[in-house]
Amino acid sequence: MFAPVSTPAGSIFGLSIFVLVTVTAIFVAVFALLAYTVVRFRKRRDADNSEPVQIYGSTQVELAWTVIPVLIVVALFLAAARVIAEVQDLTRPPGALEVVVTGHQYWWEYRYPQLNIVTANELHVPVSDATHPGATFLTLLSADTDHSFWVPRLAGKTDLIPNHPNQMWIDPHETGVFLGQCAQYCGTQHAKMLLRVYVQSREEFERWVRDQQQTPKSDATSRGQRVFESTACVNCHTISGTAAKGRFGPDLTHLMSRDTIAAGAAKNTPEQLRLWIRNPDAIKPGSKMPAMGLNDEDVAAVAAYLETLR
Amino acid sequence: MMAGNTVALSDITPVRPLTVRLHEWVTTVDHKRLGILYILFGLVFLALGGIEATIMRLQLIRAHNDLVSPQVFNRMFTMHGTTMIFFVAMPLVFGFANYLVPLMIGARDMAFPRLNAFSFWMTALGGLFLYFSFLGGDGLYGAGSAPDVGWFAYAPLTAKTFSVGHSTDYWILALLSSGIGSIGTAINLIATIVSMRCPGMTLGKMPLLVWLNLVMASLVILAVSPLTAAQIMLLIDRYLGAHFFDTQAGGSAVIWMHFFWIFGHPEVYVLVLPAFAFASEIIPVFSRKAIFGYSVMVLASIAIGFIGMSVWAHHMFTVGMSAGANTFFVLSTMAIAVPTGIKIFNWLATMWGGRILFATPMMFCVAFLFQFLIAGLTGVTLAVAPLDWQLGNSYYVVAHFHYVIVGGILFCIFAAFYYWLPKASGRMYNEALGKLHFWLFFIGFHLTFDFMHVPGILGMPRRIYTYEPGRGWDIWNLIVTIGVAFQAAGILVFAVNLIWTCWRGKLAGNDPWDAWTLEWLTSSPPPAYNYAVIPEVRSRRPLWDLKHPEDPDWRYE
Repeated sequence: MFAPVSTPAGSIFGLSIFVLVTVTAIFVAVFALLAYTVVRFRKRRDADNSEPVQIYGSTQVELAWTVIPVLIVVALFLAAARVIAEVQDLTRPPGALEVVVTGHQYWWEYRYPQLNIVTANELHVPVSDATHPGATFLTLLSADTDHSFWVPRLAGKTDLIPNHPNQMWIDPHETGVFLGQCAQYCGTQHAKMLLRVYVQSREEFERWVRDQQQTPKSDATSRGQRVFESTACVNCHTISGTAAKGRFGPDLTHLMSRDTIAAGAAKNTPEQLRLWIRNPDAIKPGSKMPAMGLNDEDVAAVAAYLETLR
Repeated sequence: MMAGNTVALSDITPVRPLTVRLHEWVTTVDHKRLGILYILFGLVFLALGGIEATIMRLQLIRAHNDLVSPQVFNRMFTMHGTTMIFFVAMPLVFGFANYLVPLMIGARDMAFPRLNAFSFWMTALGGLFLYFSFLGGDGLYGAGSAPDVGWFAYAPLTAKTFSVGHSTDYWILALLSSGIGSIGTAINLIATIVSMRCPGMTLGKMPLLVWLNLVMASLVILAVSPLTAAQIMLLIDRYLGAHFFDTQAGGSAVIWMHFFWIFGHPEVYVLVLPAFAFASEIIPVFSRKAIFGYSVMVLASIAIGFIGMSVWAHHMFTVGMSAGANTFFVLSTMAIAVPTGIKIFNWLATMWGGRILFATPMMFCVAFLFQFLIAGLTGVTLAVAPLDWQLGNSYYVVAHFHYVIVGGILFCIFAAFYYWLPKASGRMYNEALGKLHFWLFFIGFHLTFDFMHVPGILGMPRRIYTYEPGRGWDIWNLIVTIGVAFQAAGILVFAVNLIWTCWRGKLAGNDPWDAWTLEWLTSSPPPAYNYAVIPEVRSRRPLWDLKHPEDPDWRYE
């Protein structure tokens, strides 16, 4: 939430400072009044048992502490309404980059319809700078339960709800990797449905796009690919240019272009990859990927095959 | 006097066997006994919900902890939330309402004593359903026991596809059953308050506690009914093939959210209005002054009731409502800060110029005022929809609503315990233990819930069983967990004090606080019929009038 690098997060941050100053002022004033009352009017040791003067109320005082809060509420409301309109009512300029984000139990699918790219868990977007200003628009869908897309430094969260497409936008003006995670409880592994957004310079982003658009070399005779294609792996995973066309799990066509596996739960290293194939529960208990019961040689072969998917 | 006779009679009655006495408690229709049953039930479930919270906090004490599995953790937060709202907070406020309202309006019982018993036992049945899920939730699927869908059970996680076995069914039955009980008690309270007040007690002379419980009961009828309807729809979805919330067949997840929160937000006021009720009785007595601005307090309570029905969708700022809808719910939510603020100022004005005695009930009430001020202000920050886009569903929200429910409501409930225990048990509690309870719980509360705001601001969502190191969340989670130990110690001292009071406490007498409302007129504990002669009142403080015949309240009202 602090150090925003995108307009929606920036507007919210600015508004939050205004709100914080206002409520802090109220807090200090009322706290002081309460503390003074409690100390000043405590029963003293030497007090006799006579009753203090009974006061039943005062219309003027009541009016004062009704009208002042009303004015504060109006001010806060107007400030909030401005930011709501600013963030929610932005129309998408023609040609803006669009990404369709689909939440799955417990991973993220990203489709770039204009670029014909499908990837998972690590979202790549171009930076919005002086030479190339422009926002990326996210269409949010869900394949199963409710999820929520939340990368605090880029924007507030928006839920992904089945049968209820949502929209949000980001225009990050700094490059880097920004972290977040699913913010709506979606089932057993809600905790390890992590988000990584890679904000790249124009050149880097275009290079990434070109790489993603390649179809990797396929060698159906390699042992790893044979094992992969003859087990249930292909029911869930797609590797373009091969027989693997499943849609339930992440697209693995360019798996090696990602830093992490298991929706950010583990680093994408050969050891972690083998562990993940052998026993997904060791990394992410309750994830939807089953242990396929492969022997060590087959695990090594499949991992070696996956490591060729660049 | 009749009351004197009864005490003498019970002294010469031989001690009856335990089974007979227990049978009397099970079959009772006496509002005081039902009130005590509600409260004891709530305390047992408070211990259960507390254990569940402790398990969660131990799991989150450091990053990548593996004390419990994600499955167990998810059950713990579902059971903790459901337990604390439906089987702790509701029974406790209903228990106090049951016990106090007839006494304070000079009636001999509730309007419908049998409905009263029925309502309590429906709530108890609900509690049993919920905890039976630990045994029966598996069903034939071996799918895991207690419900793990979260206490607001968003669709479609509750659909058969995502929740196999019977754990969700027990959750539904628990809320259905306790919901029927809650509606029964609410009807009973309204009927009692409207038609059973003693002579002279016009609406404008009712104690504020009674007023607030009248608004609370009205809210229960308006809020719990849609929840109960939604539970029935969900059951039909799961067993008769309907698709209200089944998104895979075109149902709507968002409709469930509306159903739940049109219950869920008024529910906050259902719980907080009785807390206000306790504060509105205790603060004047321990400040030795009449409540400041009685009629404004009544109007503010009614305003909270009405506005409270129109704010529910502020729980849904992130689900993609239109800018117009979001803006409306920002305004309605902020509007409720005005009557709530008025209440805080009126309590403050009541203390102003008084002679404040810091006995345990008053200490809890004063802490409540400070804490509720903070809870209200963090509530204002969350009402600003764009801030909610960042902070919603994070630990900031968890900290905020625990500030309301623990720092506000539970502190007032503790105050009420110490204030009315002498009346209900006839014996005075131990003041030293009461103060020890206060300080332990106060320190624990602040360690836990002050520091819980921070990881939320730093991006930590709620309901995660573990988190990655390096996000800056670790230290805050450690402090939050340490606070739990203090809170638990405080609760233990409270339990010891309760038991000690009932066994060894000094006799309290009818009116140990030199208070002003009718319940202090009768004996402690009150006889089954409350009043041998139905009292007549002329003002809001009938006992003040009795004690100060030279300067009675009715001259000024």
